[in-house]
Amino acid sequence: MKQDIILSGVGGQGILSIATIIGEAATQAGLTLKQAEVHGMSQRGGDVQSNLRLSDGDIASDLITMGTADMILSLEPMEALRYLPYLNKEGWVITSSAPFKNIPDYPQDQSLADELHALPHVVTVDVEALAREHAMPKCANVILLGAAARYLNILTVEQLRASIARVFGSKGDAVVEMNQRAFDIGHAASELK
Amino acid sequence: MEKKLLLGDEAIALGAIHAGIRGVYAYPGTPSTEITEYIQHHPLARERGLHSTWCTNEKTAVEAALGASYAGARVIACMKHVGLNVAADAFVNSALTGVNGGMIVIVADDPSMHSSQNEQDSRFYGKFSLMPVLEPSTQQEAYDMMEYGFELSEREKLPVLMRIVMRLAHSRAAVTVKSEADPLQMLPCAKDPAGWVLLPANSRRKYAALIEQQPRLEQLASQAPATRYEPANVPQATGILACGIGYNYVTEVKEAAGQFNVLKVTQYPMPTELVRRLAQDSREILVVEDGQPFAEEIIRGMLSADYPVKGRLTGDLPRTGELTPDAVATAMGHRPQRYFDVPKSVVGRPPALCQGCGHRDVYTALNEVVKDYPNARIFADIGCYTLGALPPFRAIDTCLDMGASITMAKGAADAGVFPAIAVIGDSTFTHSGMTGLLDAVNDKACITVVISDNLTTAMTGGQDSAGTNKFEAICLGLGVEPEHVRVVVPLPKNMDDITRVLREEIEYNGVSVIIPRRECIQTLNRKLKRKKAEKKS
Repeated sequence: MKQDIILSGVGGQGILSIATIIGEAATQAGLTLKQAEVHGMSQRGGDVQSNLRLSDGDIASDLITMGTADMILSLEPMEALRYLPYLNKEGWVITSSAPFKNIPDYPQDQSLADELHALPHVVTVDVEALAREHAMPKCANVILLGAAARYLNILTVEQLRASIARVFGSKGDAVVEMNQRAFDIGHAASELK
Repeated sequence: MEKKLLLGDEAIALGAIHAGIRGVYAYPGTPSTEITEYIQHHPLARERGLHSTWCTNEKTAVEAALGASYAGARVIACMKHVGLNVAADAFVNSALTGVNGGMIVIVADDPSMHSSQNEQDSRFYGKFSLMPVLEPSTQQEAYDMMEYGFELSEREKLPVLMRIVMRLAHSRAAVTVKSEADPLQMLPCAKDPAGWVLLPANSRRKYAALIEQQPRLEQLASQAPATRYEPANVPQATGILACGIGYNYVTEVKEAAGQFNVLKVTQYPMPTELVRRLAQDSREILVVEDGQPFAEEIIRGMLSADYPVKGRLTGDLPRTGELTPDAVATAMGHRPQRYFDVPKSVVGRPPALCQGCGHRDVYTALNEVVKDYPNARIFADIGCYTLGALPPFRAIDTCLDMGASITMAKGAADAGVFPAIAVIGDSTFTHSGMTGLLDAVNDKACITVVISDNLTTAMTGGQDSAGTNKFEAICLGLGVEPEHVRVVVPLPKNMDDITRVLREEIEYNGVSVIIPRRECIQTLNRKLKRKKAEKKS
């Protein structure tokens, strides 16, 4: 069994924190993992992506081959669409619906929504709004991870929750609880779709 | 033994610590920075007092590393590929002096120029300098090659170049590492002027010996632990010469398992006997390498002219850019399926200067002032502020290499450009700008130099900057007149003040330096966060 995930977003949104939580859970579960990150210039508000590969067998390439990703997990709707050539036929797109507009020619919101909903398997969640509503402004990325959890077949919801506890453990119980709550909120939101 | 999840850079750092290094000498540069940072934060490195503070540039780093090796220590020097150009004088000559304690120079190439000005392939430097070159394909090999590399270096009495690429440097995987580090390795200090003083008589002798050593180095490359030949299960197969991480993309094509003769190369000089065997067993060879067609050119020179060799030179793989599993699969006859296209509405999202960054205020002021000087040219440099080339600023006219802002402005001023304005960051100025400023002072060139000082090396993530608190003193020491060294605070509210100072100094017929100084908001925010966290606990 394998799961190839493209994480995407805008520099500074926190895609690497999502990768850390999934990666930690996968390591604990005894899975093999490779995670290609982008550091450097593009982190300054440009488009960023990370290739996260999980498997119960060996993994050769650090990069995901075109047409083979099982999931695009994105903190920004246009950034989800940017990596569509990597998605496999039955792959899922799980994305925040809140656009991040830091460029002058950002497309119309409606055209992005239309493109997204034309895909066979897509879940959009306004994680920014949920984060505001629940007074956890820094947890939008963990809410998105919660929304993706039911499609991450290689790991269980319990394994991911436990990983959040370990990853945020050093920041105290309150931070762990808030992030686990964020995860649960995202998980519940994806059920409604 | 234990398993750790490590970036390629971190695997190298831990491998070096475990092999008993005395220190790392480096200048930050993507994608190499995390090697040194990992050592800076490692508890054992602190306990052992390993050298890990940043150097002023890559040349000082390689020279200091060679000095430590001379003294008997195991040592690494790290840099990005273009940093090796800066260090080249020391690097190339160190193959002639040779080493005492083991020395590995780690150079991280950036094919596709994700964060660089070019995509030069450092293996050429290894060949040119006649040094052994290591090229790991995985994080595990990168870790294992450190101890191996030091032993190789000490046995052959030569520095070793380890060439990695961005995709290995910045990719994480589980690495099996030793639970305990080796003790600090220390040989007696060298004392051999005939070997270390590169006067022509000594150099000629050393060069001849280095040439004589080459067949043995090639033999060692063919026996390297991670280099191997995997024959196909079918007769008359195509051969693949896979270098470094190219091998991963070959094995990723699972449908092709056993269909190709594969020679995986992880050490140079090119193991020619293995390549000849691959050629004999195969009807043609596909060369799979990340970077420039280095191996492809070498084996073309080895084999007969009519032997079919495919790769980047023939267009079977793209001539430029990072190697991808897609391109390799296609070259192997298994073009990946593409089910969805990128919708037309998706537009590019280039990086930009952060909101609130002092460089923004510098460019706002410069754009305002140069409105009155239609012939003005702004010569910029390497750093976050290179982003001043993009909208909304479109403020800069050139960017070449570290330090070229001052020297290009000087040359342009010599040839009649007015105003010739240089924009350079604090860390870049101490890296390679100071000598150029001395040239300008000595010629009394009519240039205006803006040292945009954010008190850090920001682009690579906020490392210490060598000249912090010393810039006025450096400029005065180099001979800039005191009344033409001006400091301003780049904030929107100070715009009138900044533009006035710029105008005054542009009008001065000589060298003037303006230092807009305000801390990088990224490092400032991090400090504030840390303080807040400390207060809480």
